[in-house]
Amino acid sequence: MAYSKKVLEHYENPKNVGTLDKNKPNVGTGLVGAPECGDVMRLQIEVDPETQKILDARFKTFGCGSAIASSSLATEWLKGRSIDDAMTIDNMDIVEELALPPVKIHCSVLAEDAIKAAINDYRVKNGLEAIKLEEKVVH
Amino acid sequence: MLKLPIYLDNSATTPVDPRVLDAMLPYFTEKFGNAASRSHPFGWVGEEAVDYAREQVAQLINADPKEIIFTSGSTEANNLALKGVFEMYASKGNHIITVTTEHKCILDTCIHIEKSGGQVTHLSVNAEGEIDLNELESAITDKTILISVMYANNEIGVVHPIQEIAAIAKKHNVLFHTDATQAAGKVPIDVQEEGIHLLSMSAHKMYGPKGVGCLYVRRKNPRVKVTAQMDGGGHERGMRSGTLNVPSIVGFGAAAEINAKEMYDEAARLSKLRDKLENALLELEEAFVNGNRAHRLPHITNISFKYVEGEGLMMAFNKDIAVSSGSACTSASLEPSYVLKALGLGDDLAHSSIRFSLGRFTTDEQIDFTIKKVTAAVIRLRELSPLWEMFKDGIDMATVEFKAH
Repeated sequence: MAYSKKVLEHYENPKNVGTLDKNKPNVGTGLVGAPECGDVMRLQIEVDPETQKILDARFKTFGCGSAIASSSLATEWLKGRSIDDAMTIDNMDIVEELALPPVKIHCSVLAEDAIKAAINDYRVKNGLEAIKLEEKVVH
Repeated sequence: MLKLPIYLDNSATTPVDPRVLDAMLPYFTEKFGNAASRSHPFGWVGEEAVDYAREQVAQLINADPKEIIFTSGSTEANNLALKGVFEMYASKGNHIITVTTEHKCILDTCIHIEKSGGQVTHLSVNAEGEIDLNELESAITDKTILISVMYANNEIGVVHPIQEIAAIAKKHNVLFHTDATQAAGKVPIDVQEEGIHLLSMSAHKMYGPKGVGCLYVRRKNPRVKVTAQMDGGGHERGMRSGTLNVPSIVGFGAAAEINAKEMYDEAARLSKLRDKLENALLELEEAFVNGNRAHRLPHITNISFKYVEGEGLMMAFNKDIAVSSGSACTSASLEPSYVLKALGLGDDLAHSSIRFSLGRFTTDEQIDFTIKKVTAAVIRLRELSPLWEMFKDGIDMATVEFKAH
């Protein structure tokens, strides 16, 4: 399978790889996927409690190149956004940006889920209600 | 200078040996005759070439040339063996015994046979990829007509105890077929001594051309017959009609002869290189060889690198090194290997495995490069892996709640 240039770029030079302290009150962590499915993404955000803006975002991913690229791209898009704005990131934006083929769309869905899981983790930690998520159909 | 990319996927296919190509070329142009044309020299030349190739192929497995039925490859040979026996021996029974780790073309043919009223028993394998001979023997019923067990597995290279299986088949008066696609030309095979009744092989796995193979069908003790699956002009003693693919058959013959001569030296050289590669990669933490290491083809190793995903790992070096995460026939799907799962590997480990298969043109220098490149890739991807981090932090993965998609 040939990979798009953008997937290769993120795969070779992934942005924002790393770990934030998940015990800090202003850090939200999302862990999605499962080893037996071949994809696990962990995405973390550090939020400014005053402005609700995302100060930093980090990821680690076990998965194919498209999964790594999707999570790397997601962290780039998250930095500087408010958590409300970040909730609007749609997996199809990732598909478009990375030119993912149909068999790799699930990687983008996983990245969107990871973003939302991280934001909800932050919200719950800070006494906010978790936002209800609609199930995406994954093929 | 090392030329890239390096080909370490010889179990998928092999390049045509230049000596094989030389033998083939005249049969495309000046010696183009139809081997079945009896009325002129063009046909005679073709027939003669096919006869010679039939001898070369037969010699590789110590068969009689008359016992070689040329086909388009192993998939066709396996279809012919299973469906052909099922139809020919219908009055005797309808039960076939095979193994869960067989190639898809055996397993899917068995599904077809089940739909046609056949019964199929799939033997399981142990963690090393081996079958239990007692289980095999006790699976035989008075309706059993055929046992089909591959000579060596295509993903892990494990060689099955062919002679012992044949002895069990003989004891119970059941036919024995083996798919020797991966083994033929790599390890010595003797259909007489080993008691094999039917055997499939393919030219392109042994430095011959694609699109040609054969089914060996025993003619004596016992005389085995298969019902043709391709009807027509009655070629190949009526078992496989269709104009013979003369240039490819010539190439198959030449490849078989070269293998018969060079197999022993080649196996010694390749197993040494394979072991070097394997031992170097096992220096990595949490790396495991899949399949029994003692009973194995000399040129294959299948390794799981825990906590990195196979496809993601291959991407790190697949511009430079060609390997696969399983059989080529299934690598388009995202499912982990059913062969590795049959060994009892969890989906996570099955997702983390890579098959390296060496060949005639693999060099020491290529193996050194591969060791360096793969080692670096595993280390780099583990830095990216949340699972590796959990493992390093001593977190028991079984207690982590993963949300499976």
